[in-house]
Amino acid sequence: MERKVIDTDVLIIGGGTAGCFAGITLGKRKDIKVLIAEKANIKRSGCLAAGVNAINAYITEGKTPQYYVDYAKKDADGIVREDLLLSMCERLNHVTDIMEKLGLVILKDENGKYVTRGTRNIKINGENIKVILADAVKKQENVTVINHVNITDYIVKDNVIKGAYGFDVNEEIFYEIRAKAVICATGGAAGLYRPNNPGFSRHKMWYPPFNTGAGYAMGILAGAEMTTFEMRFIALRCKDTIAPTGTIAQGVGAKQLNSKGEIYEDKYGITTSQRLYGTVTENREGRGPCYLKTDEITKEQEQDLYKAYLNMAPSQTLKWLEEGKGPSEQNVEIEGTEPYIVGGHTASGYWVDNDRQTTIKGLFAAGDVAGGCPQKYVTGALAEGEIAAEAVERYVDDYNDEKVFDEAGADEKISEYESFFQNPVADISTELLEEAMQKVMDEYAGGIKTDYQYNESRLTLAAEKIKMLEDTCKRLPADSMDDLLRIYELKERLVVCQVLIEHLRARKETRWHSFAENMDYPEKSDEWLKYVNSKMNDGKVEIIFRELQ
Amino acid sequence: MSIRITQSKCVGCGMCIEACPGNLIKKNSDGKAYMLHERDCWGCTSCIKECKTGAIRFFLGADIGGRGSTLSVSEKNNISTWKIEDPNENVKIIEVNKNDANKY
Repeated sequence: MERKVIDTDVLIIGGGTAGCFAGITLGKRKDIKVLIAEKANIKRSGCLAAGVNAINAYITEGKTPQYYVDYAKKDADGIVREDLLLSMCERLNHVTDIMEKLGLVILKDENGKYVTRGTRNIKINGENIKVILADAVKKQENVTVINHVNITDYIVKDNVIKGAYGFDVNEEIFYEIRAKAVICATGGAAGLYRPNNPGFSRHKMWYPPFNTGAGYAMGILAGAEMTTFEMRFIALRCKDTIAPTGTIAQGVGAKQLNSKGEIYEDKYGITTSQRLYGTVTENREGRGPCYLKTDEITKEQEQDLYKAYLNMAPSQTLKWLEEGKGPSEQNVEIEGTEPYIVGGHTASGYWVDNDRQTTIKGLFAAGDVAGGCPQKYVTGALAEGEIAAEAVERYVDDYNDEKVFDEAGADEKISEYESFFQNPVADISTELLEEAMQKVMDEYAGGIKTDYQYNESRLTLAAEKIKMLEDTCKRLPADSMDDLLRIYELKERLVVCQVLIEHLRARKETRWHSFAENMDYPEKSDEWLKYVNSKMNDGKVEIIFRELQ
Repeated sequence: MSIRITQSKCVGCGMCIEACPGNLIKKNSDGKAYMLHERDCWGCTSCIKECKTGAIRFFLGADIGGRGSTLSVSEKNNISTWKIEDPNENVKIIEVNKNDANKY
C-alpha cells in the first residue's frame, strides 16, 4: 500500500452538513490550513444528498432560543444538555441567513418575511442545499478537500489528538494525516438493525446507509466519553419508501388514523417518541395498518406534494404514480423504521463541552456525532459546525505542543489493513456478517421484530453475539479497496452496537417509549433523571452516571 | 430500489461515480459506469442529476411497490424536469422551478 503523509493545522473528518460549514467558517482564517477528508465526495455526501424540504430548527418571529430549548428538553423528557442546546439555538437564524446569502431559496410572504410551518420551521427549496454548501467550501483558499478517503482511526497520544489514519476507497493508498486539531463530523449510525425492507431495497431507509457510525467508533476506541446512546432514534415514515411524514402531517395537516377509522394521535401524546409509540401500539393491538389521513386533500395539494417529495424523497412520488393513486385518493400508510443512533435527533454522541470539544484534547465534534443536543436538524448541525470551528481557531492559536511523528503506529495500521487482503477466501463475507449483526440487534436489542422492546436477558445474548461477530470480522477477506471499505464500515457498526447494548442495559427505566423500551423496567422514574455515559477501557465498556446539568 | 445505467448512453465522464454518496458506482473495463452494489442504493438520485447524457434511470424494487416505471430528471434554466415513464412508454412530466420553495 502506498503511503501518503499530509500535514495540516485542522483536519475535518466528514464533509457533510456540519463538516462543510466548519470548513466555510474556518475559511475566514487564511493563515490556518484546513483539510476535509470525505469518504465519498462532498458535492452530494451525507444526509442532504437528496435534498431537504424545510428548515426544521428556526426561531420564528415572537419566539426565543429558550423556547426551542424548552421544546427539545420536553421532547427528550429532560435528558438533554441545556447549555449545548442554548448555544446552538442562538445561532439557528444566523446560519440560516448565511445559507440564504449562499443561494438557498426560502419562501417569503408579500412583506418579505419567511413563511413558517408551525412554530419552529420555515419553508425552503432544499433540493440543492448540499451543492450550495460544497460550492462554498471550494471557494475557501485555505481549505483543501480530499474526496473518497475513509478515515478509520484517530492518532492520540496522552489523550491529545494528533491526527488520523485512513485509506483511499479506490486506490491502494494509506493516509496518515497529522493535525493540531480535529473536528469529527462523520454523522450518526444507520444499518445497525435489520431494516424495514431487508431484501432488494435494504438501503431504502430514513438515515443515510453510508453513515456507519465511523466517528462514534473512532472516539470509543480512543477512549472518548460518550453519552445517551440508549436514546435511540426511530422515525415514523411513509411505508415502504421510508419518506418523510412531516411534510404531510404538518404541511396539509393530516392526522394519524387507524384501520378502524379512528384518529389516534391524541391518545398517546405528541412527543416524537409518543407519536411513534402510538402507531406501534395501534398495530400491536390489532388496529393497524395506520395511516396519515390525506384522502380529503385537493388535487392541487396533491400536485404540490408530488413536487415537494421530488425535492427530497423522489421514491415517494414515483410510488404514488406506480400505484396510479395519489394521496388525495388514498391515505398514506405509515410505519416506524429500524432504530438509529443519531445525535442530531436524539441526544446520543460524544460528551462535549460548550465549545464542542470532546474529552480528548483537541478533538471536537459537530452535528450528528455530538451528544446531549437533540433536535438539531440541518441548521443545528450548521450551528455546531460553526461553534466547533470558532473554538478550533482559538485552540490552534494557542497550540504549542510538539507534533509527534509515530512511525510505528502507522506501520501497525497498514499491517492491519493489509491483513484483510491476506485472509483466505472463506464461507463468510462482509454482507453475511452485516446481516447477522442486524438480525442479532433486531431480535435481542429491541428492533422492529419485538416492537422495539428488550429486556436484560435478551441484551445479554445480544452482547455475546456481537462480540462473536467482532472476532469473526478479523477473518474477512478483501480483494479490493472497496471490499476493505465495507469491512471497516461493518467493524464501526459492531463497535457502536457494543456500546449501545451496554447503554440500553444501564438505564433501568422506560423514559422514552419505543426509543428505549426496557420490559424489565416498564415505568419511568425520577431516579433516572441523569445521564448515562460510557468509556471504553481495554475493550470493555464502562458506564459512568452523571448528574443533569 | 436502485438505478439502471444504459451502457450505450454512458460516455464514461465519471460524474455519477464522483457524486454517489455511497461509492456504489464504478468504471468497467470499457471505461463506462456500472452499479457495483445494486442493493445498496439509497435512492438520493444524485447520480441522475449529474448525468448529462440521460443514461441513468431510477426504479423502485418490487418489494416496495415497483411495477416497472422509471424516473429521470434533467435541468435547464433553473427548471428541473422529472420524467416518469411506465412500462408501456406512457410518460408523465413534472416540472419543478428551483426558485420556488416547497409549499409544505
